[in-house]
Amino acid sequence: MKAIVWQGTNRVGVETVPDPTILLPTDAIVKITSTAICGSDLHLLDGVIPSMERGDILGHEFMGEVVEVGRDVRKLKVGDRVVVPFNISCGMCDPCRRGLFSACDNSNPNHRMAEALYGGVSGSGLFGYSHMYGGYAGGQAQYVRVPFADVGPHRIESDLRDEQVLFLTDIFPTGYQAAEQCGIVPGRDVVAVFGAGPVGQFAARSAQMLGAAHVIVIDRVPERLAMAESAGCQVINYEQEDVLIALREATGGRGPDHVIDAVGMEAHGHGPGALVDTAKQRLKLSFDRITALRWALLSCAKGGTVSLPGVYGGLIDKVPMGAAFAKGLTFRMGQTHTHRHIAPLLSRIEAGEIDPSFVITHRATLDEAPDLYKTFRDKKDGCIKVVLNPWA
Amino acid sequence: MSDDRPVPASPDASDPTPQSDELGTNDTGAQLPTLERSVMGSVGVALMGAGLRSGRPLQKLVLGTVGAGLAAMAATGRNPLATALKIRQTPQGEVLVGDAVTIGRPAEQLYGVWRDLSGLPRLMTHLQSVEVLDERRSRWTVTAPTGTVSWEAEITADEPGRRLAWAALPGAAIENHGEVLFRPAAGDRGTEVVVRLAYRPPAGSAGAVAARLLGEEPAQQLRDDLMRFKREQELGFAPTTEGQSSGRAAQGGLA
Repeated sequence: MKAIVWQGTNRVGVETVPDPTILLPTDAIVKITSTAICGSDLHLLDGVIPSMERGDILGHEFMGEVVEVGRDVRKLKVGDRVVVPFNISCGMCDPCRRGLFSACDNSNPNHRMAEALYGGVSGSGLFGYSHMYGGYAGGQAQYVRVPFADVGPHRIESDLRDEQVLFLTDIFPTGYQAAEQCGIVPGRDVVAVFGAGPVGQFAARSAQMLGAAHVIVIDRVPERLAMAESAGCQVINYEQEDVLIALREATGGRGPDHVIDAVGMEAHGHGPGALVDTAKQRLKLSFDRITALRWALLSCAKGGTVSLPGVYGGLIDKVPMGAAFAKGLTFRMGQTHTHRHIAPLLSRIEAGEIDPSFVITHRATLDEAPDLYKTFRDKKDGCIKVVLNPWA
Repeated sequence: MSDDRPVPASPDASDPTPQSDELGTNDTGAQLPTLERSVMGSVGVALMGAGLRSGRPLQKLVLGTVGAGLAAMAATGRNPLATALKIRQTPQGEVLVGDAVTIGRPAEQLYGVWRDLSGLPRLMTHLQSVEVLDERRSRWTVTAPTGTVSWEAEITADEPGRRLAWAALPGAAIENHGEVLFRPAAGDRGTEVVVRLAYRPPAGSAGAVAARLLGEEPAQQLRDDLMRFKREQELGFAPTTEGQSSGRAAQGGLA
């Protein structure tokens, strides 16, 4: 089959690789009908996520049709049309039973690697996202092996198009969870979203769905800001305005009640802090550039929530902890517990509350994907979200 | 992970003698026993000498530094490498290892699996076999870099559903003793399984450091074994990616 393969930092290619097979009785094989390039795939392209190996198949946002199931698979049948969460969860351990699917104890075969970095605990395995997260082959391919097939895949029984449900596998629940964990008081709270990439777009629209009185989106890329503006958000271009002053003005000096950092470890930003971050990352002294996080803590209102869907990888310093303490902020963060959001969000799509396909700007084949990784990363050609058809 | 619960106080708090039911209370860092100190000191001085005689600058530097380091360890009686690698030792030179895992199954069931000693090699991959000799005694065989090592052990405490303790009988190739506790976890989370081991590494603390660096150290093996046990009990199998497809053509595309 054809697959997108990581070939090293800044090198992604299309290769012919063996078809996946059932390895355990709880596996299924899914023929992929649509798959996407996620913003977090760009961290892999940039080589800032450790433990990638040449030849790893990428991709963790995908959907398709079940073509084979292992002998212990009960709920899923050949022919089912499914969306598959990007995180792999066993469904049996204590975190899974509490709905904390991305914190699954059991799905990462390389738990030792993650434990060494993250204080003796490992999160769930992820599709196509480094060996630290299990080393599972991803879904930017024609077929994929799906472990724990009765736990992750969710059947799509309506006639919604792929493009309307594909993002249930990652960016829609990720943006939604970011907004949900703010505890928005409907009709009262102001929410600011740093980063108007796909997750930021879904976070902003989810905040609206959850009743935010006002949503402000901060970015520097005009077409991304325009997309947020078209949804009724106020926008701030941080290259044209002092973002902290603009947020104070927009909120009568209080600051946004909740701030979502949908940027994470590769923030651009400007000023001395951003320069120091970039230098440290180049020297491998740090994984993360944290301008967005700093702005989030400094801008957030007293008693507010700082919600982090953006990915952070390692140790960070120069965090304005004094501001967070003085204002009594709450931090909420973590990988998305995708499984638990799919059914409720699917209902919202079916009810016409949101059509997630608004975010798509590029449609392409697998062969075109390597170029589009770079177009997406460099924010060229108005690129916000790329969807691939593996059979085109 | 080991000292998270109070343990019974020793009758005499200043008594440094290790006691089998109080593993973890004699954790004093990496003190070197006398024999190891003298061997280390001799090797260190010899290396420093070789370094000084060497004509190659890099060799001079490396041998000199390593030699000086060993000599300093011998002189101070501390093994800073062992301390840095968090290898815990008693004053008697025993290495302490402990870890814990919470498993969503009842204590009786988990105790039952553990009490069937002959079945332990299924959980602990470095164990080759455990042969049950009688009610209390058993023969343990492990694979080691040097071949297989075997010793006889005796159960020293057996509280069904709660605790199992054992000790190697005198004359064992690797002196060791340990215990496993089964404690109900708060809420409906199942059982906390706590394992504490003490053993005397064949080459002292230097041996423990070497084993750690080679990834063969009991602390790591214990962690892997406990996670394997948890997955066996909660899932009935271990997750794997072995044999999946990839672009690594040299291995036939499999990884």
